[in-house]
Amino acid sequence: MNRFQSSISRRRFLWKAGALAASTLAPRMLFASTGAPERLVVVVLRGALDGLAAVPPHGDRDYADLHRELAIAPPGVADGALALDGFFGLHPSFRFLHERYLAKELVVMHAVASPYRERSHFDGQNVLENGLTRPIGTADGWLNRALAALPGGVHPLSERAVAISQNLPLILRGDAPVLSMSPAAAPDVDEDLLTRLADLYSKDPWFSARLSEAVQGEAMMDATPDIPSSKIMAGAPPAKAGPARGTDRVGSAARMAAALMRSDGGPEIAVIEAMGWDTHANQGASSGTLAQRLAGLDNGLRGLAEGLGPLWSQTAVLVVTEFGRTAAVNGTRGTDHGTGGCAFLAGGAVRGGRVIADWPGLSRNALLDGRDLRPTLDLRSVFKAVLGEHLRIDGGSLASRVFPDSGGAHPLQGLVRA
Amino acid sequence: MVHAEIAVLRFGLGARPGELAAAAGDARAWLHEQIRGPVPPAGSSPLAPSDQIFAEVMAARREKREMRRAAAAATDADPKATQNVLRDAYRPHYRAQVLARAQSAALTSRPFAERLVHFWANHFAISSDKGIIFGLAGTLENEAVRPHVNGRFLEMLRAVEQHPAMIAFLDNQASMGPDSAAALLAKRRSVRPDQPHREFGINENLAREILELHTLGVDGGYTQKDVTSFAEIITGWSIGDADGRFAGGQTGRFFFRDNLHEPGAKTFLGKRYPDGGLGQGEAVLEQLARHPSTARFIATKLARHFVADEPPPAVVDRLARAYLASDGDLPAVYAALIDSGEAWGPEPRKFKTPEDLVFSTMRAFGTAPGKPEDVLRSFELLGQRQYTPGSPAGWPDVAKAWDGSDALMHRILWASSVAERFDRGVDPLDLAASSLGRYARPETLTALRRAASGAQAVALLLMSPEFQRR
Repeated sequence: MNRFQSSISRRRFLWKAGALAASTLAPRMLFASTGAPERLVVVVLRGALDGLAAVPPHGDRDYADLHRELAIAPPGVADGALALDGFFGLHPSFRFLHERYLAKELVVMHAVASPYRERSHFDGQNVLENGLTRPIGTADGWLNRALAALPGGVHPLSERAVAISQNLPLILRGDAPVLSMSPAAAPDVDEDLLTRLADLYSKDPWFSARLSEAVQGEAMMDATPDIPSSKIMAGAPPAKAGPARGTDRVGSAARMAAALMRSDGGPEIAVIEAMGWDTHANQGASSGTLAQRLAGLDNGLRGLAEGLGPLWSQTAVLVVTEFGRTAAVNGTRGTDHGTGGCAFLAGGAVRGGRVIADWPGLSRNALLDGRDLRPTLDLRSVFKAVLGEHLRIDGGSLASRVFPDSGGAHPLQGLVRA
Repeated sequence: MVHAEIAVLRFGLGARPGELAAAAGDARAWLHEQIRGPVPPAGSSPLAPSDQIFAEVMAARREKREMRRAAAAATDADPKATQNVLRDAYRPHYRAQVLARAQSAALTSRPFAERLVHFWANHFAISSDKGIIFGLAGTLENEAVRPHVNGRFLEMLRAVEQHPAMIAFLDNQASMGPDSAAALLAKRRSVRPDQPHREFGINENLAREILELHTLGVDGGYTQKDVTSFAEIITGWSIGDADGRFAGGQTGRFFFRDNLHEPGAKTFLGKRYPDGGLGQGEAVLEQLARHPSTARFIATKLARHFVADEPPPAVVDRLARAYLASDGDLPAVYAALIDSGEAWGPEPRKFKTPEDLVFSTMRAFGTAPGKPEDVLRSFELLGQRQYTPGSPAGWPDVAKAWDGSDALMHRILWASSVAERFDRGVDPLDLAASSLGRYARPETLTALRRAASGAQAVALLLMSPEFQRR
């Protein structure tokens, strides 16, 4: 494709989209510009990351026996973990995260879990994203409810959050307006067709709203000077829906999120998804399947930081998964669904260089149901702290509207720089 | 009354030219006729069977190992040359399966039965982005689902859980009972106490997903103990291979490896199962297929697929009763669905998945793909690459999962390019009449009449709310 030609066409489209918005659709800004400097990126790892491989507790006497050939060796040994606090380490693939730890920009959390205590991926992800205590079909997500509680509130016709995906993940679904975007497969849109569709959809509110958002999204992409879509187009197959899968997909989603957030009036909040953590067989240790995935995630986060540039200092990146995996290796050199796992909070705004873990131990009696790392920290305590300290959402809203029934989950203190 | 439209567009896969007229006489009878008798194989020519594909891939793996060895010996060899051996062996099969699926969807005269094939293949979803089954994904649908769509659920369940693609996808082939003959032998051999031996034991992936996704449903009343017990019960459910660590059985076929099986009686869902090798697991499948939770789970999914994202409880109850009363005879359940008034609401309520959109568009044009490229790119662009739902839960069946604004823009781009390819020789108003019948709204017809070009009119038709829903 001729990029020069298409960029001209996109500029024309932008102009037209403006005209379209002024005529047939409601007039609206792109992302609301509130002047709030804080930025939040949530990375959802779907499939249940093995926290005992990502953040090996090499100081635990039972760790090596349970995790066996999947265990990561202590720091200082060949292929060993990257040193954290003497008890925990980071998987050797996490080079960027380790740099952030040393720069005091990374908090590592362990033995964490959502309130969900069964072992279904799908229900587990549902609870992780709905912010409630149990899975409910198609409820809205906690990050969407948080938007309504943001200082400055929700402008009915503007979006402060974006999901890098064709379709909205549950965490961002709800009443507050949000956008979903993915790298455009072909940038040429027939402007006249869009105008006519807007007319055709005028009696169908559902289609009408979607089209209006879609036009916003396209205009947003055009208004973003360093949007990485051209690079993505050049290197990768055409846009693919849904969560990032391979290593490069995390990277391209992260770069796109960064470019959007840096653009004038860009979103303050972005959600990125990455799949491929369900390592039932041949998980590997310092190298192998999981190690490659972790390296892809680490590179993606590095790309996010580089893309955010000066904004990084005001950014918090929360990396979470639906639950952990079994403490013991299973019969096929992998791990099965478990409970407690790890989470990360990285960014220039984070008061890092710390591991937060009330470690329950891995002895047989300490394990939950004799098999899983027992959670000692509710993920909602982390979510509340990030939303409260970083995005300055008041505690009352957090306890009532964003996370109902979360009275027992007190927000952590001091996660973010004052 | 728009019965023909509902039968063809909602229960079927979208109208081919003349199909609305064919269903117009007695729309319910038109549907009832489709749920009797076997569903023909996919595509216009026979596909390679799974055991042949599996054997080819085993051969490719051996070749890969040898190339690696040679590369290690010769310093000037390109290490990347060995990496694509597996994908190269698999790719032609994947492409042939996607093409055959699309051809059947485009051409079948029993589109309700074909939609049911897709429904069940998604119920028993496997995802070909797991490398080992890349070329096998379509074989599960064609070999284990398709032959049983108009049969008993238990037969389909057994065929699926014993299909090599499912066993490989959910990692059961090497799951080993901790007291199995193979485990005891391996422990004896591992004599050096300073070297931790490999852990021998079960992999509970297949057992858990059978319970959660294939039969009882996540709230169907089982515990972690039941999962563990069931995983032990199906140790030994594996795949035959001519050589390697687990030589035995016919390559690429289901093979029960007695030496991996955990011996002894087991308790599952409160019932005791005496030691019985392969039969122990098959007896559990029978109990699962008869379980009221399974009836309810399947009834809910069918009602969601054909009636509404939030299925009416009365329909779910009716289908579940039909399931239990017939001992899991699927045509009896389909008949209850056809006879449910709730399924015949005149408003199209289901937002089409990308797959629905592609298939109904091909049918509207009365065309079928001749080569894989004709459909592969569409699925890629629209975000539903065939056989890659990404997880064993399958593709979601609710609008919320597909209705992102970015997804809508991709649909518009796709519709535009399709319209440009197909507008010649097509009168958009005729196309609207033959593909939507009385579903077409007056404002859509007006927009088609006023369109700037034939191609634009076709794009507007494909993007109209009534074509985007079923």
